[in-house]
Amino acid sequence: MEYFLQQLINGLTLGAIYGLIAIGYTMVYGIIGMINFAHGEIYMLGAFISLIAYLAATTIGGGSVAVALMVALLATMLLTALWGWTVERVAYRPLRKAPRLAPLISAIGVSIVLQNFSQLAQGARVKPLPPVVRGGFTLMQSEDFAVNLSWLQIFIVMLTAVLMAVFTWVITRTSLGRAQRATEQDMKMASLLGINVDRIVSITFVMGAALAAVAGLMVTLYYGVIDFYIGFLAGIKAFTAAVLGGIGSLPGAMLGGLLIGLIEAFWSGYFSIEYKDVATFGILVMVLLFRPTGLLGRPEVEKI
Amino acid sequence: MSPGATDVARPASEGPLLNVEHVSMRFGGLFAVNDLSFSAAPRQITAVIGPNGAGKTTLFNCITGFYKPQIGQITLHHPNGSMRLERLDDHAIAAKAGVARTFQNIRLFAKMSVLENLMVAQHTRLMRASVFSLAGLLGLARYRRAERDAVELARHWLERVGLTAQADEEAGSLPYGHQRRLEIARAMCTRPQLLCLDEPAAGLNPRESAELNGLLRSIRDDDGIGLLLIEHDMSVVMGISDHVVVLDYGRKIAEGPPVAIKADPAVIRAYLGEPDEAEVPSC
Amino acid sequence: MARRAVIDAALAGLVAAALAFPMLGFRLVDSATGLSLATRFDLVLWAAGLVALGRLGLGLLRASTIGISLSLPALPNIRRPVGWVLAVAALALPLMPFADRNLMDKATLVLIYIMLGWGLNIVVGLAGLLDLGFVAFYAVGAYAYALLSQNFGLSFWVCLPLAGILAAGFGVALGFPVLRLRGDYLAIVTLGFGEIIRVILQNWQDVTGGPAGISGIERPSFFGLSFKASAPEGQQTFAEFFGLDYSTDHRVIFLYFLILILALLTNLFTLRIRRLPVGRAWEALREDEIACRSLGINPTLVKLSAFALGAMFAGFAGSFFATRQGFISPESFTFIESAVILAIVVLGGMGSQIGIVLAALLLVGLPEWFRDLAQYRMLAFGGAMVLIMLWKPSGLLSAREPTIRLGERA
Repeated sequence: MEYFLQQLINGLTLGAIYGLIAIGYTMVYGIIGMINFAHGEIYMLGAFISLIAYLAATTIGGGSVAVALMVALLATMLLTALWGWTVERVAYRPLRKAPRLAPLISAIGVSIVLQNFSQLAQGARVKPLPPVVRGGFTLMQSEDFAVNLSWLQIFIVMLTAVLMAVFTWVITRTSLGRAQRATEQDMKMASLLGINVDRIVSITFVMGAALAAVAGLMVTLYYGVIDFYIGFLAGIKAFTAAVLGGIGSLPGAMLGGLLIGLIEAFWSGYFSIEYKDVATFGILVMVLLFRPTGLLGRPEVEKI
Repeated sequence: MSPGATDVARPASEGPLLNVEHVSMRFGGLFAVNDLSFSAAPRQITAVIGPNGAGKTTLFNCITGFYKPQIGQITLHHPNGSMRLERLDDHAIAAKAGVARTFQNIRLFAKMSVLENLMVAQHTRLMRASVFSLAGLLGLARYRRAERDAVELARHWLERVGLTAQADEEAGSLPYGHQRRLEIARAMCTRPQLLCLDEPAAGLNPRESAELNGLLRSIRDDDGIGLLLIEHDMSVVMGISDHVVVLDYGRKIAEGPPVAIKADPAVIRAYLGEPDEAEVPSC
Repeated sequence: MARRAVIDAALAGLVAAALAFPMLGFRLVDSATGLSLATRFDLVLWAAGLVALGRLGLGLLRASTIGISLSLPALPNIRRPVGWVLAVAALALPLMPFADRNLMDKATLVLIYIMLGWGLNIVVGLAGLLDLGFVAFYAVGAYAYALLSQNFGLSFWVCLPLAGILAAGFGVALGFPVLRLRGDYLAIVTLGFGEIIRVILQNWQDVTGGPAGISGIERPSFFGLSFKASAPEGQQTFAEFFGLDYSTDHRVIFLYFLILILALLTNLFTLRIRRLPVGRAWEALREDEIACRSLGINPTLVKLSAFALGAMFAGFAGSFFATRQGFISPESFTFIESAVILAIVVLGGMGSQIGIVLAALLLVGLPEWFRDLAQYRMLAFGGAMVLIMLWKPSGLLSAREPTIRLGERA
C-alpha cells in the first residue's frame, strides 16, 4: 500500500511534466494539423535555458533560492517561447500550403538542428545540478517503507494545476482563445472574418513553447541532470500522451500525460524499468484500437 | 453488344432491383432518414429528390455501405442471388453486390491519369486475373489478356463520355464538367448492377446537363442496369426519370411517376414552404 | 525596398541575439564546486551579425527584379535514359581508376540507403502511409540474419529470403491492427513500434546480446568461395579459385555489387508492381480512400500489402547490413535512421525512384565526405532537410509518370 502510494505520487509528478509538453503538441496539431516534431527539442532547450538562467540568477542575485527560481522561470518561458516562435516563422510558416509531409520533414530537420546545436554549444556531457529545493514530508510510515512527498513534487503539481487553469481560462474566456478555436475549426473562414491567422498560429507556438519551458525547468529541478538528448524521448512520450488523450483536446493532453506518467511509474515500480517504454506504447496501441480518436477526442463522422 | 453491357440474362419476371425497407439513420438525436421504404427497378431511372437536408445523401451512404443504418434492411437482387447490403462492408457492396456510386463533391484520383482512374475501377477483376499480382509480376499471358480487356472497357467508356482525347491527362486537371463525366465512367467500369449518382448535374451548364441526360438514358437503355439518382433540380429529374421518390426531413412524402409528383400538393409544399398566414385568408 | 530589407535584417539580428544569448552566451562548465557558468558574449554578436547579414542578403535578393530560379528540369521523358545512365555508371564504378576502397565503402553505404528509400517509397510514396518506424524492419532483417547464421549455421543466401519474409511478417503483424488508423495516428504507432523493437533488442540479453550487440557475424561468400585470406580445410578462397592475389578489396567490391543488385531488384520490382492492379490501388488509396472503397477495393488488404512489401525490402537490406558490418547493435537502429530514410523519400519527391537516388546522394553521400567535421555534420544535415523542403516542398523530382497510356508514348 505504501509502495503503491509512493508510485502514485511519482507518477503524477512525472505525468504533470509530460502533460505540459503534450499541450504544445496538441494545440499545434489542432490548429495547423501538423506533428511539430521539434517540440521535444524546444522542451530540451527550455531545460538548458532554465539551468543557465537559474545559475546566472544565483550568481548575480545572491542567496535567495525562491527569487532565483522565479527569475529563472520567467526568463526561461520568455526565451524558450522566442525559440518556439522562430522555429514556426522560419521552418513551418512557408510550408503552410505545401504537401502534408513537407512540414513534418522540416520539423524533423529542425529537431536534428536543435539537438546538435545544443550539443555544440553546451557540450555532450550530462549537466548535473545539485538539489535546489530540498525536503518534504513523510506521508506514511510503515516498518520498512516511508512514503515521501517532497516540496518539489508539490511545487510541480501545483504549478501545473495553476498553468492549466490559466490556460483553460485563456482558451475558453478570452477573445484570443475564441480566435484560436475559430482558426482551429476553419482557418480560411477565420481569416475571412478578420482574424489574423498567422498571428494566432504564432501565439499558439509561443504558448506551447512557454509550457514546454516550464516542463524543462521542472525536469532540471526534479532529476538534477539534463543533456542535449532528453528532448527526443520526452517528445515522443508527450506526443503519445497527446494522442492517448485525444489530439486537439487540452484536457485530453493533460489526462494523457498523467496516464503515461502513472503507467511508467507503476510499470517501473512493479515490473521492469527496462520495458517501461514498451508498456507505454503498448497501451497507446490498445487505446487507439478501441478508441481511434483517443480518450477525450471527439469521434469523427466521415463526411462523404 | 458493347463490352460495357451486362451479359447476364435477367430473369423473365423482373422484380425490383433494390428494396429499401423501413430504414432509419440517426445522428445524435436527429433522424437523417426516418423509416424509409421504397424500391428501384432494373432498367429504370429512379430519382430521389427533396430539399436540402432531406436525407438524400445519407440514404445513399446507407445503400453504398459508408453508413450503417440503425434500423431497416436494404436488399439488392443480384443475378447471383439477393444480398443484404446493410450487412456488407462498403467495399464488398461495390465488389460483390455490384453497386457503384459517384460523389456529390467529385472524388477522383486527382494525380492519376484519366485512364488510370478507369483501371483502378477494375481492381477486383484484375486482381483475380493477376493472382494477387504474382501472374502480373511474372508477366504471364493470363494477366496480359485481362489487362487488355480492362483497357478495352476503359476505352469504351472514354468514348461514351467523350474523353478519349484526354485519356492520358491528369484527372485533377480536367475541367469540372469532364470530371463529373469521368466519375460516371469510372463507376461504370466496375460493371455495376445499380449505379447511384449523387447530384450528377450540379454545377453543369445547360448544354452539359443535356448531354448528361443523354448519357444516363443510354446507360439505362443500352447497359440495362438500374440507376438511382439524387437531384436537386426538378427540371432535370422530370426530364429523365421513370420513377421519383420525394424526401423531406428524412421521410418519404411522395412517390410515383414524374407527372404525378409535379402535381402533388405535399411536394409543392415541401419545396415552396407553407403559405404564409398573411397571404392565406383566414377562415 | 532596400530600406525594408535593412529593417528586416536588423530585426532578424536582434531575434538571433536573443536566441543565442542563453545558449551561446553562457556555457555550463563543470568546476570543483559543481556546475558554474562561463560567458562568451562574442559568440552572440557573431550569431546576430551572421543572421542579420544573411537576412539582408535574402531581402535584397527578393527585392531585386532579377529573380533567380533554382529548379531542376521537369522533363519526364529524360527520366528513363537518366535511370539507365545511373545504373550503368553504378555498375562501372568499381572499374574506375579513382575507385579506391574508401569510395567503394561510401558508395555501398549510399546504396543501402537507396534500397531502404526504395522500400519505404512503396509505403509512403505510393500507398501514402506515414511510417516513422521503418528502421524496425531493417533491424529485424539484420538480427534475423545474425541470429540464424550464428545459432543454426545457415549461410547468407539462405538467410536473405528468410530475413525478408520475417520482416514482412512483422510488417503484417504490426500493420493488421493499426492500419485502419488515420495518417498521423499511424505515424505515432509506427514510431512507437520502432522504439519497442529497439528497446527489446537492447534488453533481451540472452538472445540479442543486449547493448553490446552481436559480433563475428558470418561474412558472405561468392558461391561458397570465401573472401578470407585462407579457406577452411578442403575449400578454396575467392582469390585462389580465380588465381588472384589475395586482397581485402575483393570483398569490398563484392559487397558493393551485392547491394547494387539487391537495390536494382527492389527498383525493378517497384517499377513493375506500379503497373499492376495492386500498385495502382496503392496510389489510388493515397489519393482518396473513400473513392477506393466505393470501387470495391478493400483498403486494409491493400495497405497491408504495401506495408509487408516495404518491410520485406528493409529486411533484405538489414541482412546485407549485418553481413557487411560483421557486427550489429541496437545503436544502428535508432529513430534517426527512420527519419533519414523518410527524409530521403520525401526530399526525393514522393514516389519518384530517381529522386530517391538524388536525395540519398545528397543526404547520405555528401555528408560522408565531411566526416572530419563530425560535429557540424549533423547540424548541416538537419539544416539541409529544412532548406530543401522550403525550396522544393514537393520534393526534388515530383512529376509523375502514368503507369499506362492509351495514346502513343510521348
